[in-house]
Amino acid sequence: MSAEDVLFDMLHSEIVSYLVSKSAEDEDISILEHLGYSCGWRLIERITKELPRYKEELEILKFICTDFWSCVYKKQVDNLRTNHQGVYVLHDNEFRFFSKLSNGTQYLKSAPKYATFTCGLIRGALENFGISSIVTVEIIRMPSCKFHIQVLPSSS
Amino acid sequence: MSRQSTRLDVKKVNSELFTLTYGAIVSQLMKDYENVEDVNKQLDRMGYNIGVRMVEDFLARTNAGRCYDLRETADKIQYAFKMYLGITPALTNWSAAGDEFSLTFDTNPLTEFVELPDNYQNLKYSNILCGALRGSCEMVQMDISCWFVQDQLKGDLATELRIKFNKRLEDAIPAGED
Repeated sequence: MSAEDVLFDMLHSEIVSYLVSKSAEDEDISILEHLGYSCGWRLIERITKELPRYKEELEILKFICTDFWSCVYKKQVDNLRTNHQGVYVLHDNEFRFFSKLSNGTQYLKSAPKYATFTCGLIRGALENFGISSIVTVEIIRMPSCKFHIQVLPSSS
Repeated sequence: MSRQSTRLDVKKVNSELFTLTYGAIVSQLMKDYENVEDVNKQLDRMGYNIGVRMVEDFLARTNAGRCYDLRETADKIQYAFKMYLGITPALTNWSAAGDEFSLTFDTNPLTEFVELPDNYQNLKYSNILCGALRGSCEMVQMDISCWFVQDQLKGDLATELRIKFNKRLEDAIPAGED
């Protein structure tokens, strides 16, 4: 792991710990998600300006799972599944923010805090591609996790 | 999934993500606190927490030994900036006694997409750096003070960070933050 990545990891965990200490139990998650959302939205705005337009939803999801994921999380998503009706599931067997935390079920209770930013990041990224969605996370055993993406019907 | 050739510049995306994330937390802090001074303080505290942990990473990566004077420390700080942020600040303005110096940056990755609104001139946007320096020096038994004297966000030509060596901490439990 390069030095610059360490810095981002530390900033991320500082943000998590700040927001958790700041707000009541049920509130913290939404602010974290919102931070992720705005970062994802802006990041996609910047990095896709040279890229050709994507036509299909699946292509966009593939872009997120390969290029985008390998930039941010240093590896591709291990598995992408879809029911072709707007539900996508991203499996990451070694999620970056968990890899230093635990290998197993210890600390499982605090795991969602460390994935929430990423939920927002995915949602923000998709939003900028014109896809509204709900992103949730499922963690059974760290360091692997699953992101569930439910695409919402477009309003237009 | 077939592996496609990556069309993105990984390094650039990462540094932009870092910049944006930092910006997002600063703007969140501005919402959370009414007083800009409190935001500065909170940024400094977050930096401190990062610094005390980052110094371990730095020592492990570089095999750096103990410093015997401030100039040696300054070189290591310069090197740390290169490693973690990809910038090499200039070491300038040494005091006659050799206990104070400045780090001068031409560019500051934290402020890459940032403009300060006029009414936030008291905000020390990059204050996290001060906290990080203070925290990491404290872990190697140096008590320093660190503050901004120039800031490009406020119209200065360069960003200048002043560092003052206060005292050597004795071999004991490092003093807590408060």
